[in-house]
Amino acid sequence: MSSGQTGMIVRTGLGWLVATLMAFPVFWMALAAFKTELDAIHSPPLLFFRPTLENFGEMQERVDYLAHATNSIAVAFGSTIIAILVAAPAAYSMAFFPTRRTRGVLLWMLSTKFMPAVGVLVPIYLVLIWAGMLDTRTGLLIITLLSNLPLVVWMLYSYFKEVPAEILEAARMDGARPLQQLGFLLLPLAAPGVASTALLAVILSWNESFWCINVTAVHAGTLALVIASFSNPEGFFWAKLSAASLASVAPIMIFGWLTQRQLVRGLTFGAVK
Amino acid sequence: MAVVELKGVSKHYGPVEAVKGVDLTIADREFVVIVGPSGCGKSTLLRVIAGLEEATAGDLAIDGRRVNDVSPDKRGLAMVFQSYALYPHMTVAGNMGFALRLARVPRAERADRVLAAARILRLDHLLDRKPKELSGGQRQRVAIGRSIVRDPKAFLFDEPLSNLDAGLRVQMRLELVQLHRRLSATTIYVTHDQVEAMTMADRIVVMNGGVVEQAGTPLEIYANPRNLFVAGFIGSPKMNLVAATVSTVAEREVGVMLPGGGTLGLAVKANGLAPGASATVGLRPELLSLASDGPLGGEVTVLEHLGDETLVYVDIGGGTLLTIKAPADDPVRIGDRVKVAITDRAKVRLFSADGTAVAVDGRR
Repeated sequence: MSSGQTGMIVRTGLGWLVATLMAFPVFWMALAAFKTELDAIHSPPLLFFRPTLENFGEMQERVDYLAHATNSIAVAFGSTIIAILVAAPAAYSMAFFPTRRTRGVLLWMLSTKFMPAVGVLVPIYLVLIWAGMLDTRTGLLIITLLSNLPLVVWMLYSYFKEVPAEILEAARMDGARPLQQLGFLLLPLAAPGVASTALLAVILSWNESFWCINVTAVHAGTLALVIASFSNPEGFFWAKLSAASLASVAPIMIFGWLTQRQLVRGLTFGAVK
Repeated sequence: MAVVELKGVSKHYGPVEAVKGVDLTIADREFVVIVGPSGCGKSTLLRVIAGLEEATAGDLAIDGRRVNDVSPDKRGLAMVFQSYALYPHMTVAGNMGFALRLARVPRAERADRVLAAARILRLDHLLDRKPKELSGGQRQRVAIGRSIVRDPKAFLFDEPLSNLDAGLRVQMRLELVQLHRRLSATTIYVTHDQVEAMTMADRIVVMNGGVVEQAGTPLEIYANPRNLFVAGFIGSPKMNLVAATVSTVAEREVGVMLPGGGTLGLAVKANGLAPGASATVGLRPELLSLASDGPLGGEVTVLEHLGDETLVYVDIGGGTLLTIKAPADDPVRIGDRVKVAITDRAKVRLFSADGTAVAVDGRR
């Protein structure tokens, strides 16, 4: 056996090991969701058991899964669509008409992510009360939108920069206004990048839990709130918590699975061009 | 079509002056080539005319109307870019019809106009292709077609042939000249290649360091370069520029002493020249011939056989290599010591120490 082959086997083995370690908690959570509470805390842990759906039934009794799922979908997709619509013109102007301060503006936008969210919890909470938007989908959507916007602008900016400036100049000669340049040229030409930006924003919004837990309750709570509501002070109910978690992350995992080709293509867009 | 007028047009990028006060009038239907080395401001000037850059100072008028504040598309100009800048996700027809689509021209009329332009450029069988499925020359023609469709007042070309290989470049050069004759449209063409300038232009504008050094017909500029820069830039092989010293000054003739001690009398106006002043003599390679006697001489160091003629490089001392066009069957060999004669003294040009041409007697 050559040293190249040995190295290959070692690397493959390491790859599997790391992947297994990372996937195991999710796998174990999925198993626990179908166990009884007793099986779930059984020592030694059980790999084989009698599966049951009772946890999901009890979850549905306690919370309205569909209502929360609707909130999740509305907030994740709504905030993403608006973020793209707002970020695209910003990224266009920064990528193609940079000034001396463009770099600074980009860094400043990113700097809003430097502070932990809890640092602005009180002011934002007060603003929401004042605006009457506590526990509303609109309120949560606006917060999610604003917290994802810097990332979306940055990503679109870097994808737009890949488009040769002469193409847009040709379009200007042809009479294309800025919004037409965006719609007819930039968005189609950077489509893989725009799509992966959108996918990433959807996933981040879906899993966002800090704001959801703090500013929503029964009306606007997303699926993240469902998970949180099962880790309560009365004691842990592992099986029910796992069931709630599985039910909450399953839609976005399936979504990610279906779109992974697009996601990978977009994230490596510049590299393969 | 259109008259394009520039009055004192400047373009600064911060402290960098890319274009410094250019005055230029381009006549209706004229084919003007702006030529100069890279960084001379020619592309910037074209972009200012196109409206892609704003002039820092000066006025730009098209058909007598000031257009400084008019957006690029409203100026009625079309531009062909060096990289062609085709829209990669659109078909040839989509590319050519894009401006009409934006202008909300009805679909049927759009198709007619695209087809008419495609026929002119022999692209009609490629209308459904995407740019990536085309050859370099075809892409170039699509870029030109995109401008023809708009029926512009003037065409702007920014080094359109630089991305093509040598053979295709010569062919496209010819096609562009024929196209200009056919459309008889005002054309402003930017290139760094003086051969393109000489072969295509009605009028050449030579730029250097952001200023216009000289504007004139190709033959005018070739015969009477205004200064050393133009003399050295236009012509291939280059004009020989030989350092000399003014020896005699008479009313209608100036005598100069050449390296190696030979003398030469030139019929130029003497104004400002005094014996002893240093000067430069400009000798086109075709004015020189190998002879048994002549004012210049040296050793043959390189021979370039072009087939129809041979370029002979003679080292005349002082680091000056003289280029001479000799007949292809000339028996000269490397290492020969030769004398160089001047066949037509009236075409020899003299430049004073500051680099400007000394006016030939009898003309301005």
